[in-house]
Amino acid sequence: MSILIYAESAEGKFKKTAFELASYAKKIAGETGTTVTAVTINATNSADLGKYGVDKVLAVTSDKLKAFNAKAYADAIKQAAQKESAKIVLFSSNTDSLHIAPLVAVGLEAGYASNVVALPVSLSPFQVKRNAFSNKAFNVTEITTDVKVLAIGKNSFGLVEASGAAVEEAFSPSLNDNDFTVTVQSSEKVTGKVTIADAEVVVSGGRGLKGPENWGMLEDLASAFGAATACSKPVSDLGWRPHSEHVGQTGKPVAANLYVAVGISGAIQHIAGINSSKVKVVINSDPEAPFFKVADYGVVGDAFDIVPKLTEKIKEFKAHNS
Amino acid sequence: MKILVCISHVPDTTAKINFTNNDSEFDTNGVQFVINPNDEFGLTRAIWFKEQAGASVTVVNVGGADAEATLRKALAIGADEAIRINAQPTDGFFVAKQLAEVVKNGGYDLVIAGKESLDYNGGMVPGMLAAILGYDFVNGCIKVDVNGSDVTAVREIDGGKETLSAKLPLVIAGQKGLVEEKDLRIPNMRGIMAARTKALQLVEPTGAAPATKAVKFEKPAPKSAVKLISPNNLDELVNLLHTEAKVI
Repeated sequence: MSILIYAESAEGKFKKTAFELASYAKKIAGETGTTVTAVTINATNSADLGKYGVDKVLAVTSDKLKAFNAKAYADAIKQAAQKESAKIVLFSSNTDSLHIAPLVAVGLEAGYASNVVALPVSLSPFQVKRNAFSNKAFNVTEITTDVKVLAIGKNSFGLVEASGAAVEEAFSPSLNDNDFTVTVQSSEKVTGKVTIADAEVVVSGGRGLKGPENWGMLEDLASAFGAATACSKPVSDLGWRPHSEHVGQTGKPVAANLYVAVGISGAIQHIAGINSSKVKVVINSDPEAPFFKVADYGVVGDAFDIVPKLTEKIKEFKAHNS
Repeated sequence: MKILVCISHVPDTTAKINFTNNDSEFDTNGVQFVINPNDEFGLTRAIWFKEQAGASVTVVNVGGADAEATLRKALAIGADEAIRINAQPTDGFFVAKQLAEVVKNGGYDLVIAGKESLDYNGGMVPGMLAAILGYDFVNGCIKVDVNGSDVTAVREIDGGKETLSAKLPLVIAGQKGLVEEKDLRIPNMRGIMAARTKALQLVEPTGAAPATKAVKFEKPAPKSAVKLISPNNLDELVNLLHTEAKVI
């Protein structure tokens, strides 16, 4: 009996959330006197997982699994969980992991809780705290089944290094043709740009920026921070920026370390989507903008004046501190 | 093509979120309920299939009698018929089990749900439903086209999108992009009148043991006041982000 994590990777490299998941699992394993097993799919460097507390890696290597396939991936992870008799199976909140988790839960007849924001409130009964009502509230959920599946929110636990090494074992799940009826035709991925999902810092613009032609300065600020760019709903509805940048309740959720809102008034739906971010900075000319009520730091003033100046300051800071 | 659209009945996005009964239940007092926004994109796409390709569109909800107003709205927008499963939707697995019965009995080819509801944000019902039925599943779907039994679907991935080929029957979990915001429909008077005479079938739930239960709800702790920094002193902001917030 161990705790199983699905350590998600892209092009063979683990995502940072895989290490956070390992840290989370190690903590529970320590409390319950068990071990952590990670299942990986076409990933290299499984030794890296050992640095965060993984004891054993079940490494799946398969050309058939080169492209993501929800059913096949779920099948492989389910078989890994069964092999390890795992009672707790953990996923990150990356897009692909969230796609698979409910399939695995049904396969294992397990109760599933997503958006988990901290270590379990209690292990017996098994209760976890999760985000609900689009980050406007928390919900404590009890999972009543023998096997439990959790998806852990990004930055909910952080990275904790551990001493130890992971033992790697090749694992070949039996996959059938039925698993491969959905096929990938093509994929478009922005390369060389930080994605909102992976970003530590997100710089976001609203209608206060007056038009799409003014996004250059926001991109400069983002690049100084090493941040992803995002936008409010009106901006994406107006077609100034693509939908994929829309963050908020009906857009993408943001759980960054730092969220910088420029010219965004802070409608309740916007705040709901970004509220899981740790630190919020608002730059707005209107001191009455609701965003000031939820932000940690605020600058009242003209974004067109402040943003370029701040970009220079951040560049200077980075030059001296890296 | 027979399409089933799963509809959640959720508080309006601007609703104040409060809890009652010792923080064990959502306080519905004074709250306006709407079709879950992610579901509404799917519903609108389904109606497009109805108008363009002669599909039939059934909407389904697992919920109490109060959800009927939301189902009637879906009928007014253009769905042909509605089903309400008479049970409180307290657990994703339980809801998925109920929906699976409806799909099996109705022989639906395409099941469209929202990728998550804006109340519990579980994001689990569509995937669980697909897994129970043994159907293929596309999550985070931003485009879907059907030609005979061939489906082309686009899903959002971290940092981009991916185009998939699949076959009916299929479950998709949709979001904005399935149709554009401006293409969402507000029921007109003709639709509202027509909805009154469309069938709204009441079905009792099948026995399925829930896998989870909500124990209690909490509101986030009140935030301390914002620290205002002068636009002429941005060094201070950088310094605070570094030494106090420790995020750069």
